[in-house]
Amino acid sequence: MNKNTTIEEVFQNHERPKKPGALNASATFAWRALLRIRYVPEQLFDVTVFPIIFLLMFTYLFGGAISGSTGEYLDFVLPGILVMTVSMITMYTGLDLNKDIEKGVFDRFRSLPIWRPSVLVGALVVDAVRYLIASTIMITLGYILGFRPEAGFFGVILAVLVLLLFAFSLSWIWTMLGIIVRSEKALMGISMMLLFPLTFLSSVFVNPTTMPNWLQVFVDINPITFVVDAVRGIIHGTDAMSDILMVIYISIGLIVVFGPLTMYFFRNKN
Amino acid sequence: MEKKKMYAVEATNLVKTFGKEHAVDGVDLKIPKGIVYGFLGPNGAGKTTTIRMLATLLKPNNGHATVMGYDLVEEADDVRQKISLTGQFASVDEELSGRENLIFIGRLVGYTRKEAKQRADELLAAFQLTDASKRQVKKYSGGMRRRIDIAASIVTSPELLFLDEPTTGLDPRSRNQVWDIVRALVKQGTTVFLTTQYLEEADQLADLIGVIDHGKLIAEGTSKELKASVGAGSLIVNFDNEVELQRASTILEEQLGEKADKDLKDYSLTLPIKEHDKAAVAIGALANQNVKIKEFSMAQPSLDEVFLTLTGKLPDQETDGVVNE
Ligand SMILES: Nc1ncnc2c1ncn2[C@@H]1O[C@H](COP(=O)(O)OP(=O)(O)OP(=O)(O)O)[C@@H](O)[C@H]1O
Ligand SMILES: [Mg+2]
Repeated sequence: MNKNTTIEEVFQNHERPKKPGALNASATFAWRALLRIRYVPEQLFDVTVFPIIFLLMFTYLFGGAISGSTGEYLDFVLPGILVMTVSMITMYTGLDLNKDIEKGVFDRFRSLPIWRPSVLVGALVVDAVRYLIASTIMITLGYILGFRPEAGFFGVILAVLVLLLFAFSLSWIWTMLGIIVRSEKALMGISMMLLFPLTFLSSVFVNPTTMPNWLQVFVDINPITFVVDAVRGIIHGTDAMSDILMVIYISIGLIVVFGPLTMYFFRNKN
Repeated sequence: MEKKKMYAVEATNLVKTFGKEHAVDGVDLKIPKGIVYGFLGPNGAGKTTTIRMLATLLKPNNGHATVMGYDLVEEADDVRQKISLTGQFASVDEELSGRENLIFIGRLVGYTRKEAKQRADELLAAFQLTDASKRQVKKYSGGMRRRIDIAASIVTSPELLFLDEPTTGLDPRSRNQVWDIVRALVKQGTTVFLTTQYLEEADQLADLIGVIDHGKLIAEGTSKELKASVGAGSLIVNFDNEVELQRASTILEEQLGEKADKDLKDYSLTLPIKEHDKAAVAIGALANQNVKIKEFSMAQPSLDEVFLTLTGKLPDQETDGVVNE
């Protein structure tokens, strides 16, 4: 049998089966993202190493100076660094998407008759797994170093859930940018430019009341501040209801604005 | 309606602009079902842009097209049910293995996990990739890459398959394998729309050839028709010294009625020819008059010559990479 007959054989009678539903297609993209982690475990580098370095650095370098004792500062700063790290990692969603587009696979996905957002949803689901890994590492390490959440285990779980909601919503900004920005480098630049001021000029490291007034104005309206306050409040059992609500509003707002925008650019991509 | 259904692609005045640049500038196409359509053009001619429009990835700025009888814009999802696209660059995930890629596509077109795996293995066997099935695609050779790209496009049988420069950069053996695959697919009734920069490829595979340059279709016809417009190619004869070359030049010019292009560095003569038979007669005349020939060969008309004839000028030099003489 020569190879031609074989190709002709495999080519016969392969009508398209019924196209997969939205859920199935999304799950398939999630499966792909998981496979990629298996092949490129370096992908998890930023997820694991960032949190560790940040936590050690800030606790021991600045802890004494800012709070007088490293233990007290750890309790204060860990929720902040948790939010900062996860927010930073969200930008990889956009970078991965951008790479798919640049390489060309994205064209194949878009030429398939599938529910179009599944490409993005699948990736975002796996990203949530990454955020969970980062959170777990950070909280475990924190615990070893002496971090004691007053609201206990369930408080921590609830705090992480709120954070995941925010991270998922924030990701839509990066998916949108990942589609419209032409090069990976430019995308990296833009993402950093947005993330650095947002994370540093917030309540992540210090209480905003110690800041000059003009800065406080910015810090107080910075969405990251609300997320940090909500997470910190939940973890330490203080009243965080208003902050939690704010985070929910912000998240819904992000999805409502950037979800459709992302899909618009996705459909009209040049 | 019935009439429309005879055509795999029917496009009128397709236009795509990027800013000021007219990447595709008013292309009309009528591609019958069941044939190989060769879209021939140099770098930057607008081949990829045309394919991306026909595969529903780009919205035309102007014009109208139906693909397998469905409107490109209004019924894009129906179009996607009928087509498959093998892009010019990576069209599978390079980080995954060949097998995983095929399973992945299989799942996306709607197979169950089991069916997708079975289908992947069949395809790998048919494309002689079984040995490499567990290797990451980024570690494949160029030829293997192209085969897995095409395999991914026929996980389900498309009625229309787009292949964007499927053989650019392949060695002759791999190129032949791809050609065999295309022939096999067409035998099964698929319509194939392929782009290429090589006249020879269009010649070998395509039933109908469209020549595109600067976004415009500048000629269309069978390979015979196109070649008739540029002659059959050229005759190249090499000699050991200048004396022989000069004698031969006079004889050949007289025989073929064309001017010879002399290269005195390696003592070679090049003459355009209209028919192959005439070339044979001319070589015979050299032998009769005892001109000593070192070697001779026939060259296919190059894309440059096709362009020269069709447009009166060579394709832009700045768009490098056009077939060299
Ligand atoms: N997304 C884009 N944005 C801006 N210009 C583009 C874009 N895609 C293509 N072009 C331009 O449109 C023209 C046609 O490009 P296209 O890729 O269709 O050519 P091609 O015939 O496929 O060339 P090649 O043989 O190099 O693949 C080129 O001048 C190119 O620079
Ligand atoms: Mg191209």
